[in-house]
Amino acid sequence: MPKVIENVGCPYCGCSCDDVRITVSDDGKDILEVENVCAIGTEIFKHGCSKDRIRLPRMRQPDGSMKDISYEEAIDWTARHLLKAKKPLMYGFGSTNCEGQAAAARVMEIAGGMLDNCATICHGPSFLAIFDNGYPSCTLGEVKNRADVIVYWGSNPAHAHPRHMSRYSIFPRGFFTGKGQKKRTVIVIDPRFTDTANVADYHLQVKQGHDYELFNAFRMVIHGHGKDLPDEVAGIKKETILEVAEIMKNARFGTTFFGMGLTHTDGRNHNIDIAISLTRDLNKISKWTIMAMRGHYNIAGPGVVWSWTFGFPYCLDLTKQNHAHMNPGETSSVDMAMRDEVDMFINIGTDAAAHFPIPAVKQLKKHPWVTIDPSINMASEISDLHIPVCICGVDVGGIVYRMDNVPIQFRKVIEPPEGVMDDETLLNKIADRMEELKAKGEA
Amino acid sequence: MSELLIKNGYIFDPISGIKGDKADIAIKDGKIVDKVSSKAQVIDASGKTVMSGGVDIHTHVSGPKVNTGRMMRPEDKFFRGSYRGGIIKQGKRMEMGFSIPSTYKTGYAYARMGYTFTNEAAMPPLLAPHVHEEFRDTPILDQAAMPVFGNNWFCFEYIKNKELENNAAYVAWLLNATKGIGIKVVNPGGTEAWAWGENCTTINDPVPYFDITPAEIVKGLIETNEYLGLPHSVHIHGNNLGNPGNYKDTLDTLRLAESYKAKNKFGREQVLHNTHIQFHSYKGTSWADFESGAKEIMDYVNANKNITCDIGQVTLDETTTMTADGPFEYHLNQLNHIKWANVDVELETGSGVVPYIYDKNIKVCGIQWAIGLELALYAKDLMRVHITTDHPNAGPFTRYPCVIKWLMSEKARKETLDTMKWKDKVIAASNIASMDRELGLYEIAMMTRAGPAKALGLAAIYGSLVKGADGNVAIYNLDANDLPSDPELIEAAFQNTAYTIKEGVVVVKDGEIIAEPHKYTLWTKVNMPENAQVMHDIKEKFTKNYTVNLENYAVFDEHVHNPRAIELDVA
Repeated sequence: MPKVIENVGCPYCGCSCDDVRITVSDDGKDILEVENVCAIGTEIFKHGCSKDRIRLPRMRQPDGSMKDISYEEAIDWTARHLLKAKKPLMYGFGSTNCEGQAAAARVMEIAGGMLDNCATICHGPSFLAIFDNGYPSCTLGEVKNRADVIVYWGSNPAHAHPRHMSRYSIFPRGFFTGKGQKKRTVIVIDPRFTDTANVADYHLQVKQGHDYELFNAFRMVIHGHGKDLPDEVAGIKKETILEVAEIMKNARFGTTFFGMGLTHTDGRNHNIDIAISLTRDLNKISKWTIMAMRGHYNIAGPGVVWSWTFGFPYCLDLTKQNHAHMNPGETSSVDMAMRDEVDMFINIGTDAAAHFPIPAVKQLKKHPWVTIDPSINMASEISDLHIPVCICGVDVGGIVYRMDNVPIQFRKVIEPPEGVMDDETLLNKIADRMEELKAKGEA
Repeated sequence: MSELLIKNGYIFDPISGIKGDKADIAIKDGKIVDKVSSKAQVIDASGKTVMSGGVDIHTHVSGPKVNTGRMMRPEDKFFRGSYRGGIIKQGKRMEMGFSIPSTYKTGYAYARMGYTFTNEAAMPPLLAPHVHEEFRDTPILDQAAMPVFGNNWFCFEYIKNKELENNAAYVAWLLNATKGIGIKVVNPGGTEAWAWGENCTTINDPVPYFDITPAEIVKGLIETNEYLGLPHSVHIHGNNLGNPGNYKDTLDTLRLAESYKAKNKFGREQVLHNTHIQFHSYKGTSWADFESGAKEIMDYVNANKNITCDIGQVTLDETTTMTADGPFEYHLNQLNHIKWANVDVELETGSGVVPYIYDKNIKVCGIQWAIGLELALYAKDLMRVHITTDHPNAGPFTRYPCVIKWLMSEKARKETLDTMKWKDKVIAASNIASMDRELGLYEIAMMTRAGPAKALGLAAIYGSLVKGADGNVAIYNLDANDLPSDPELIEAAFQNTAYTIKEGVVVVKDGEIIAEPHKYTLWTKVNMPENAQVMHDIKEKFTKNYTVNLENYAVFDEHVHNPRAIELDVA
């Protein structure tokens, strides 16, 4: 009898939906049906039971081919290279559980290396702004139950977070929002006419790279200087700005969701900084919150876990081993790679080869490169060592942090391929091996 | 069969009434026993002070808002990290942060001060798995956490409809779901109002929409607590925290407990614990005529045995304030204009985080410092008045030794007062300069272990050296018969123990971490029949209003680190 498992968490985007229904085959190895998931989430579950899953670590041979080796050999090789390296870097973690992220922190503290996560090429600028200006936010249920004005700025959930609008923001009927979309005003600010803009009441087609000016214009209005605005700011007419500002001021509960359209255009952290300032201004007259549209289902996780471990969310320098240091630009992955400072690279739960600039990848490739990932991807294919692991939310459970930093407990729905380890086990074995080698004086 | 014998120390154990007598303490298999065999490991404590492991009744050390503070304050590490003071790594992991230390530093630093148990002061139920993850990564310390109930929609509705049994069933269910220890109340009704940008500043301000008042919420929760007979009482951070003139609101809140008696099997006598009472003891009408209301508050507490409190002493540091009192943090931010974080949590609570500098050259900060000390020095029964700094709100917990110094030495108080720019104004607005009371070691033991343990209903396990209690012991380099005349030496002795022993294992020796044995997560397991109405209500709210499924809400067993349940039965 196939078994139906409910309340399953989805390991795709920062929505971290936890209402997935999975039908599993008799033997617990195959996924027969996936319900309540977006198209992308469905593919991840299907991949989980694919017959093509890698089952053993693969080591690059002198002739360039890859040869299967045991986990034991892979762990020993990684431990020895970590100890040998002066400045190894472990990067990734968008697709690992928090248990794995905590184990990674232990590994890099013993190794004395650098530890970074995908925020470094994603919402890192948001962290910088939060350091300066704070973060007046809320959980997504507050938006669902209370919000009557929703702003999506530089984010396109229709494609990147497919169920965000239906589960949390625009469409759901919550406690004080019984009429759902009918009583919500949706404002999309984006240079493109996206599919999200298509469902908005207002689409402000801001001139690309001029978001900061538009924020400034809104702040002027909130501070009572609306009449001093020029006729047009950042491509938006004065009347539109005044009209939208009026909606913001009169909101009962408003939320601004922002994405990489702000963090990775001109202004970067300054865009987020002024977005937070606008939120603070609005709280003097109304109730407003703001939230980063974190990309992956647990990319909020490493920021949370490493903050309690070391006090910093990303770009960690643990080379001193008895204290941590963080200074993006100096300790950020891409910058270090570009300067060729890193002498060993571990790519885990992401694909740096696909996401980093090519010159950075070329520099990293000069040194030992390990990929820890369930799948074949660009990083695994240029690695010296590829270690397969379980897929969080599919064949291993664990805690993940949703985009609003709410912990969601993921479940295991099928058995992993025989012998395949999860991230936490693998990383702790690498840490244990390093401690062993150090104790023996082999390091 | 591990055995340990602590010989010839001066014992201070208020639970058994030992006041500095020279005696031996024996520990076998982690518990205090009458005697051990000749094979026991012996620690010579002659000339030293011996107390049970310290118990912190109220500290924000684990969970989402603590971590928001860590995340948004890199400067707390850069400028104040103790590595700058030269701490070489002692435990297995590095120690980071000053006012909001990393989990590892939290465990190590408490242990170095002789503490072995902490009670996390506010756990948002929806985010409970986060608290338990941090417990796993906090070494040595046994920990518990109190879920917050004062702005919970379920409680609002049950209390408004006078459905006490349903409210009790819901509280029991939530303690089980979150693995929590007791009922925390923060700005009752006010945080819910803050979700609309408003507040409840008196106990009679109605909560928007819900048609209930803070007074009704507090009384309803006291009744619920005593109906269940939980180990700890309702633990309250009342309305209007931090504002001049709020001592009247505090007295109003305390009076709500007047008609209630404690009902429990844990030896607890109070029905209301008013936390960080310093923040609630302010007179005056503005910051200009701000003054101490400590006398009025403590007169009331002294006269009413069904109340306990902790002081929330301001330590005059740069720190990070954080509370589930969302509107308070917003107003604080309107005062200092530094960065502000806020997290409203659906159906349950909210929180805010704002860095704050208690500058001894600011008049108000000096008066706040005086009020905390006055409260402790006016107290008649120090079993009911506990030392805290509401870590990290009034200062970091690592300053407890400094607080102890101020309480034990008038000279130390005077020295601090003398460094204040507005000393005369601080003296005029308080009675601190005229108070010559100096507390002794027995009283300090009451305020830092015996009293908190009793108020938490945990005195059979913690805060005591009686037979059967956990073998948690702190040995301080203090000769009880010859206390140093230099108060700095008192502070130094309480900062780093000679030995800290956790369940019979020496974890700290000469101020250094030497072992990291297992630790427990304490929680209250209420055994009572399932309540169909409440389960129906819970299912309905999860279907309609929460964004997390009911089946994923309760903390999974595998995420609770080494649980130790305090069980009780309700028919």
